[in-house]
Amino acid sequence: MRTALTILLAGAALALLPAAQADSLPVPADAPPSFQAECGGCHLPFPPALLTAPDWKRVMATLDKHYGDNASLDEKTRRELEAFLLRNAATRSRMAGEGDPPRLTRTEWFQREHRKVPATAWRDARVNSPANCAACHTRAEQGSYREGEIVVPNSPKR
Amino acid sequence: MKIPLLLLALATAIPAAWAATPRELADAYAAEAARLSPGFKPSPQRGAGFYAKRFAVSDKMPACTSCHTDSPLQAGRHAVTGKAIKPLAPRADAARFSDPAKTEKWFRRNCTEVLGRECSAAEKADFIHFMTEGL
Repeated sequence: MRTALTILLAGAALALLPAAQADSLPVPADAPPSFQAECGGCHLPFPPALLTAPDWKRVMATLDKHYGDNASLDEKTRRELEAFLLRNAATRSRMAGEGDPPRLTRTEWFQREHRKVPATAWRDARVNSPANCAACHTRAEQGSYREGEIVVPNSPKR
Repeated sequence: MKIPLLLLALATAIPAAWAATPRELADAYAAEAARLSPGFKPSPQRGAGFYAKRFAVSDKMPACTSCHTDSPLQAGRHAVTGKAIKPLAPRADAARFSDPAKTEKWFRRNCTEVLGRECSAAEKADFIHFMTEGL
């Protein structure tokens, strides 16, 4: 019985681990300055760990059609950013994004983490896009995504 | 394109971002515009008209105001991603139009998006004059 309980607790702890890891997603230390200047120009410079390497490759190969925007870069900068994203990409399949180019808001992990966010919040003008992390994660720009820092606009619960 | 190119060359030659004043940037664009079209004088009024104009090339970004709001003195918001954008006017954000390379980059990117083409030196000169004197 005791062993069973231990195994159960260990399992529970393991299940919690990914969520705990996701509380903190700082910009990796090997980020080139172009990460903030280029990626961060139009959106929060998304943590590379939110998509897999094949996903980032596709994103960086289609910058002229970047989710409805032309985000083309000179080849040197593009290569530098691609290398950085690939070095820090996720390896687990639940971080693989659907869509072309793949979206980090359409991974199994992202959908699961955000399953309790009400539709009214997603539609709120202050949110505008599920990729607008900082709309609810008040310290996203500092790489912090802790539960206690979340303020969901237009949500009956909070 | 000679003078803005010279500015860009300077900006990339000096390691730290080369600082300029909005006036210096506007003057460089105006000089280039005058070379292409003798007698050109920059106009903050034309710049204001340009800023408010609906080009309607892009669904989500039909005009400058789509992201930058009706007043360049106010903070804006990216029409697609929702990211906060600092005010465009140097009076509200001193860093605006102080880095030639950055200014060129955003003119190129945003003009292509909103107008479907690059902006002319004349349009850029008018635009900066509107940002500095027309508000």
